[in-house]
Amino acid sequence: MSNRTPPAELVAGPAVPGVAKINPILIADKVSRHFGGLMAVEVDHLEIPRGAITALIGPNGAGKTTFFNLLTGFDKPNTGTWKFGGKNLAHMPAFRVSRLGMVRTFQLTKALGRLTVLENMLLGAKEQGGENLFVALIRPFWRKREDAITERAMALLTKFKLDTKSEDYAASLSGGQRKLLEMARALMSEPEMVMLDEPMAGVNPALTQSLLHHILDLKAEGMTVLFVEHDMHMVNEIADWVIVMAEGRIVAEGPPGVVMNDPAVIDAYLGAHHDTDLGTLTGQMEIAEGMESALVKHEIEDEIEAGQETGIDVDPSTEHPEPGARTTESKGDDK
Amino acid sequence: MDYNFIPLSFGELFSPTTAAYALATIGLAVHFGFTGLLNFGQAGFMAIGGYAFAITSVKWQWPLYGSVLATIVAATIFALILGIPTLRLRADYLSIVTIAAAEIIRLSVKTPEFSSITGGSEGINGAGATFNATNPLPEGSFGFGVLTYTSEQWWLRIVGWTVVGIALLLVFLLIRSPWGRVIRGIREDEDAVRSLGKNVYSYKMQALVLGGVFGGLAGAMFILPRSLQPDNYGTQLTFFLYTILLLGGAATVFGPVIGSIIFWVTLSLSDGLLSLGVNAQVIPITAIQQGPIRFVIVGVALMILVIFRPQGISGKKKDAQFSV
Repeated sequence: MSNRTPPAELVAGPAVPGVAKINPILIADKVSRHFGGLMAVEVDHLEIPRGAITALIGPNGAGKTTFFNLLTGFDKPNTGTWKFGGKNLAHMPAFRVSRLGMVRTFQLTKALGRLTVLENMLLGAKEQGGENLFVALIRPFWRKREDAITERAMALLTKFKLDTKSEDYAASLSGGQRKLLEMARALMSEPEMVMLDEPMAGVNPALTQSLLHHILDLKAEGMTVLFVEHDMHMVNEIADWVIVMAEGRIVAEGPPGVVMNDPAVIDAYLGAHHDTDLGTLTGQMEIAEGMESALVKHEIEDEIEAGQETGIDVDPSTEHPEPGARTTESKGDDK
Repeated sequence: MDYNFIPLSFGELFSPTTAAYALATIGLAVHFGFTGLLNFGQAGFMAIGGYAFAITSVKWQWPLYGSVLATIVAATIFALILGIPTLRLRADYLSIVTIAAAEIIRLSVKTPEFSSITGGSEGINGAGATFNATNPLPEGSFGFGVLTYTSEQWWLRIVGWTVVGIALLLVFLLIRSPWGRVIRGIREDEDAVRSLGKNVYSYKMQALVLGGVFGGLAGAMFILPRSLQPDNYGTQLTFFLYTILLLGGAATVFGPVIGSIIFWVTLSLSDGLLSLGVNAQVIPITAIQQGPIRFVIVGVALMILVIFRPQGISGKKKDAQFSV
């Protein structure tokens, strides 16, 4: 997309793991977390550029979500410090991190089911005095703020096309709508930085497009976005900067085009077929057709007959060579 | 045959015991219905409240307001003791700790070592004296038929239901406020609420204290017309309160009152009906079996209710449509 921030405006040096950024919003140092003997996260130094969209990618089990949890206070690190806008966040409880302007979403969507969509939104707002037990009893004390945040919530819901559902229970929304609600709710607090944990997981292609635009809008409004994602097309589409994790460490970082061609990254994560679209992977159809061919049918009939003649189950040792031969044949067709 | 049990049963509608159970259940609704705290020790809160009230008023001769204050303070401290170690942990821990704590309270007050203060297994008599002294109603009995009460009984009913009314008003105001929104959010998913910048631990503690204080006051109200007996505060009391809560609707403001009324009227009516049947030898059970059978009926009614109307009698159907 055209509004991508060029790498030269982000980094202050060559694109190596831990490179200093020109204007970092988050600086992490020596952050580690281990579960028993397993080193889940071991990040020496990382800077997240302000006002840009940064993608955090890596294979399953690379420690991305654990790192996310550490940064947002949902998990406690064994060692390490990190600063968000100059404030030290290490060992700060999650709710304080959020109040400072770093709001996250979850990989498994956490819409509050038996609250209405609007209530979900209002819960995201800051500085509602009525959330104090004693102030809550006297409505005039919090009514004005409630009206203001309701207005903001409705504006956001309209933008996310959920305004017609504002009085419905969040549990009645579809999976994709819940993702939208969760993102909209995170925006209620007007955060500086939004952390999205797999925002596209389980979302249909049409909704993916609108989610992509919403993420780009966040950047346009001056927010910093850090997101974990497995969908490489999406990362390529919107990310200004990509950080690759594997086995708990940062193995590479750089602009998406460069990182995705880095042999180390391809080895660690993408695999040889990273540029083919998995939706139209070749070979499967031919194999399926091969199963229906007259030859296969004939073979199966022979097997059944043989089984009936001997009166016992077909011996696996005689069965195996045949499927093997079949596979070789259909593979031959592919070429 | 004596059909007096029918109007007497309806006397349960506004009896002080019904009010006390309703108040304790309002506390449980705050815990379980709105915040999602699985408190299985509401009987413990009632015991703490009852003992704080009885000890201060009978043994230490405190004035009424002092005893009420002591009840509130004791319930608050009990809530803090239970909450500080458990509210950071998963929900299940609170239920285990509360059920154990309630039993610890009941068994501790019975031990001979404490009996100079707690009265041991005898309990404490006459806790209602300071309360009855405040009765402004004229001497004598008022009412009609079997529903005639002395002026003391009327005073207790008036004050008891006023306290229930105040508790209902408080809960009503709180639940529709932003505070209520936060605790209902915690019930759904506390991590989500945490990610939105709310101090979940503090909110859970506030809810535990609020509901616990209602439980403590209910315990004090419960012993005003009777003596304090430690064995009234067994685990079955907590489960009666849960029955009432589910009857009325767990996440409703008025459910506990409706549930409590239905619970006590049904118990009393079924008792009368059963004794009619037993005396006429229509039902093949003895008079001794008659008491427990009532609770079997309540249990079956609760099962039917939970299967066919899980939201309770006053709950909204929508609330129960989505599994938690």
